[in-house]
Amino acid sequence: MDIVIKAEQISKLYRLGEVGTGTLSHDLNRWIAKVRGKEDPFAKVGETNDRTRKGNSDYVWALKDLSFEVGRGEVLGIIGRNGAGKSTLLKLLSKVTKPTAGQIRIRGRIASLLEVGTGFHPEMTGRENIFLNGTILGMTKREIKSKLDEIIDFAGIARYVDTPVKRYSSGMHVRLAFAVAAFLEPEILIVDEVLAVGDAEFQKKCVGRMKDVSANDGRTILFVSHDMTAINQLCHRSLLLEGGELKATGPTSDIIATYQRSFLNSGFNEVRVDSFCAINRLVFNSDVYTSGDPATITLALSFMQETNLSGLALLFYNELNQRIAIIDLRNFGIIGKYDAGQTLTCQVEVSEVPFIEGTYNIGLYIESGQVRKDITDIIRIVVNERKQGDIIPYLARYRGVLNLNANCKVVL
Amino acid sequence: MKGDTTIGSDVVPSQWSEVISPDDSLLNLKLREVWRYRDLLMLLVRRDFVATYKQTVLGPVWFFLQPVLTTLTFTLIFGRIARLSTDGLPMILFYLSGITLWNYFAECLNRTATVFKDNAAVFGKVYFPRLIVPLSIIVSNLVKLGIQLLLFLIVWGYYIGVGANIHPTGGLFILPLLVIMMGGLGLGFGMIISALTTKYRDLIFLLTFGVQLLMYATPVIYPLSSIGPKYQWLLLANPMTPIIEAFRYGFLGAGTFNGIYLCYSAGCMLLILFLGTVVFNQVERTFVDTV
Repeated sequence: MDIVIKAEQISKLYRLGEVGTGTLSHDLNRWIAKVRGKEDPFAKVGETNDRTRKGNSDYVWALKDLSFEVGRGEVLGIIGRNGAGKSTLLKLLSKVTKPTAGQIRIRGRIASLLEVGTGFHPEMTGRENIFLNGTILGMTKREIKSKLDEIIDFAGIARYVDTPVKRYSSGMHVRLAFAVAAFLEPEILIVDEVLAVGDAEFQKKCVGRMKDVSANDGRTILFVSHDMTAINQLCHRSLLLEGGELKATGPTSDIIATYQRSFLNSGFNEVRVDSFCAINRLVFNSDVYTSGDPATITLALSFMQETNLSGLALLFYNELNQRIAIIDLRNFGIIGKYDAGQTLTCQVEVSEVPFIEGTYNIGLYIESGQVRKDITDIIRIVVNERKQGDIIPYLARYRGVLNLNANCKVVL
Repeated sequence: MKGDTTIGSDVVPSQWSEVISPDDSLLNLKLREVWRYRDLLMLLVRRDFVATYKQTVLGPVWFFLQPVLTTLTFTLIFGRIARLSTDGLPMILFYLSGITLWNYFAECLNRTATVFKDNAAVFGKVYFPRLIVPLSIIVSNLVKLGIQLLLFLIVWGYYIGVGANIHPTGGLFILPLLVIMMGGLGLGFGMIISALTTKYRDLIFLLTFGVQLLMYATPVIYPLSSIGPKYQWLLLANPMTPIIEAFRYGFLGAGTFNGIYLCYSAGCMLLILFLGTVVFNQVERTFVDTV
């Protein structure tokens, strides 16, 4: 394949803390080192970027030795937690700032969309802002003129095109801004999380437009998002960044699974329930499911004293901490008397996990005599969206909690 | 890899159209890229005007009001009360000429010096040759200067009409050169300061103060001839001095018009402009990390 972006061991060093304290002396040291042809004295003390651990140096590698290639016409997803280095990578690629080390080679014109509506001025009309924003993004006036009608049409603001944008609703503002970007014609387009704004309808339109552009015109797109659905829809291949380093690269679905697994608890620790019982095991046959998949859950309890178990249920919570389902195990012959030291192991089969995509917390309800306990957040599973046809689904937050297994045929 | 550390659409060896790397040649000024973005320059100039004068009651009248009010103040304070010499020229014309030119230089300098701070949001999000923004500042100030010169010409015409003691000379034809020199000086100094202020913010406070002081070190409110020959060289070290003096000589017939002084100014302008561009281009590449 034709390589259009080749990044070789790019690194980016950031200085943390107050900028301006002691920088003059650091600058001098650095400059002296540079003049004498030595390595940057402050580059050595950096460490990988981990926000949760307080480093003991003021310098941090936002990116470290990152190498990758992107082929022509490819749509590459970039995934990672906050602070993993995604934005830094995009900034380097779009030349907003330069790398500390390494090199990126690019073939073709590159345009970046790290924000929609960069440079919009509220006092200027929609039309004027189209020109201003378009030229900022690298188009010439003539190019914009030839696409003006399409842009206005895509944004759906024909009536207000000569009104100052300060009178626009925020939705119109975003639509106009994205419309300009959508008609950029670079060989390589870099898009950052911009789909997070705007209504669902418009988001669909945008994702559709991006798909079009890569499929029909053979253009390369680099796409960063926290929205795994959008990444999954758009990208053939993805990079996973972690702490500024390249963790994995490969087909998007694999990378998403790897990414989501990194969120899950590693290993299961025994959970004590009061003094009478302990949960030794609660495991699903996988950490990551596609909506509609079957699941097998293994549960093992051990009793420390004689117990009259009168209730046991698995609890499912979504990200908003709403309980969305339980599996009541009372009917499966597990209630009754247990001696001290006795264990109970059972396997629960679920024919399909019907939840919409998201992360789910699993808990357990135990009832024994006077003791009733909800033990929440024991393990987590991730459910991914099932692809159905070519239509891009609405965002998860609009779709309730379950995917109904439904069919529809036209009868009249 | 030293050979292909070029950025931008300039010559890049091999089939790659662009190479992004930490080192960049000091002398790679990316002027070709600036030319490619010329449409943006014009739109930024336009934005400047729309932004400044939309929703002000008087609108473009402010262009005239600023120099007129300053001239009246100077006439009152420096002319009537302090009784400073004006080389025998009508006070209004003397001060108006000085102020019109000085304002152009000072505005170019002030606004270029804060260009990184003022545009941090845009610069952090999208790449275009940053040099476009200072250039657009120079151009929009040029338009402003044009309008204010018109005012000056009207007043000038009036004084000629009433037969005041002014004698325009052929020197007035070098006006375009003077304007270029002032713009270049403002841009060059501004870019140097802008590069410094990205790291050391306090320089901005110094700037406003410094520009004001510089005005008193330039023959804006007094003529060069009123300074004793012992100290004249000090004033002449300021590259703005010969420019303002030459303008007054050209239009009003009093002042110092000296080819060597003007060449000195032009030389300063070229040097500072070059230095400014180099420094600006260096800072431009990483300033996002420090704001």
